[in-house]
Amino acid sequence: MLTTNPFSVLSETVPSIAMQSLVIVMGLLVVLGTLLDIIHKKNVKYFFENAKKAKKSAKKTLTTGEKTAVVIKTITSDIATTSELGAGKRRAAHLLGMYGTILFWVGSVIMIFCYASPTSDTPLIWPIIWHMGAIMTFLGGFWFWLFLRVDVYSEAHPWYRIIKADLFVLSLLASATFGLIWSFLQSLNLNNRWYDKLFFILFVISNLVLFGGVYWSKFAHMFYKPGAAIQKNLAEADGSRDNLPPPADAPEQYGLGINREAPKHY
Amino acid sequence: MPTFVYMTRCDGCGHCVDICPSDIMHIDETIRRAKNIEPNFCWECYACVKACPNHAIDVRGYADFSPMGHSVRVRREEEKGTISWKIKFRNGTEKDFVSPITTKPWGKFIPKLSEADKPNQEEINSQILYSEPNGLNTKKDLPTISKDSFKKGVYY
Repeated sequence: MLTTNPFSVLSETVPSIAMQSLVIVMGLLVVLGTLLDIIHKKNVKYFFENAKKAKKSAKKTLTTGEKTAVVIKTITSDIATTSELGAGKRRAAHLLGMYGTILFWVGSVIMIFCYASPTSDTPLIWPIIWHMGAIMTFLGGFWFWLFLRVDVYSEAHPWYRIIKADLFVLSLLASATFGLIWSFLQSLNLNNRWYDKLFFILFVISNLVLFGGVYWSKFAHMFYKPGAAIQKNLAEADGSRDNLPPPADAPEQYGLGINREAPKHY
Repeated sequence: MPTFVYMTRCDGCGHCVDICPSDIMHIDETIRRAKNIEPNFCWECYACVKACPNHAIDVRGYADFSPMGHSVRVRREEEKGTISWKIKFRNGTEKDFVSPITTKPWGKFIPKLSEADKPNQEEINSQILYSEPNGLNTKKDLPTISKDSFKKGVYY
């Protein structure tokens, strides 16, 4: 199963042009949903107004080189390793889900656009990337959704209470889970029985909800969060610091400090 | 000045939900970020502002002076044991302060009353409170005031 390109097998019944068109439509849905979200929340306008304010209270003017260094540091630390989540389970689950999703989507696009015909000879690496991505998304996503969600962890709500904020994570999990089940059933060669087709339809529906629901879900956080991290680090570098005080420079007289405890005292 | 949350900074970790003594910091059901559900009930204790690891919580100044550009922000660095404040006045003056964290680890100084000896009637009538004088870091007798002097202006 892990080394089989599920889209190549699928192309015996569904034309590859239909699969490619669906991927393009989903990409357009993401762009449209994000634009509508930006117009509705006015967050980009807020972001630039905030940046203008920060520039006024800046203590020093950053050169292009310094700005580039800050952006590179933000990409390698804040974005690539989600360092704002600290060292802990939330960060591990987020990294599993984030890199799993990236591999899953990259694998899907490559296999659908390059190797989606019954005669395609797919290099082994792409089906492995697709399946590993789906498994990582499945593990990281369910770890987060069942145990680490703040609703469960801090607000003491039961894990089965579903709210609008779950639309993104649940549709992503459904997409990875149904994709894996579909690929597994397809590899069993069930002689045209309905099982794999059912899970293929569920896979398509979950993807439509995931990519079509951007306006209502948290999907666009993957575009906003990097922007906010860059702005925060630029504000630290130019001294404006969003009006925050500078880091304490003479801490030794105050002893060792205390450890931050995980929020669990509700 | 009640608190509010910068949504771009918040990552929904729940530290403020956990620490709020008024139980008004909650998680938004649409975007899973923290929010102050009832600013009128905010004690302005700054506990959530200090606890937030992402500096995502700020206080909203009252409408009569907040448009003038003041700011009061705090940075908590547990590893250094410091609380730093930056006060920005309306005339542009800025002042920075650094103080030690005096918070004790959770539960360390909560007395286990159920395991303590039951007070006798004399102790109940005494003006010395539970754990005094040892709890005040002294072994000296504490001063008391004669009960007769209480009755000069108050009758009960």
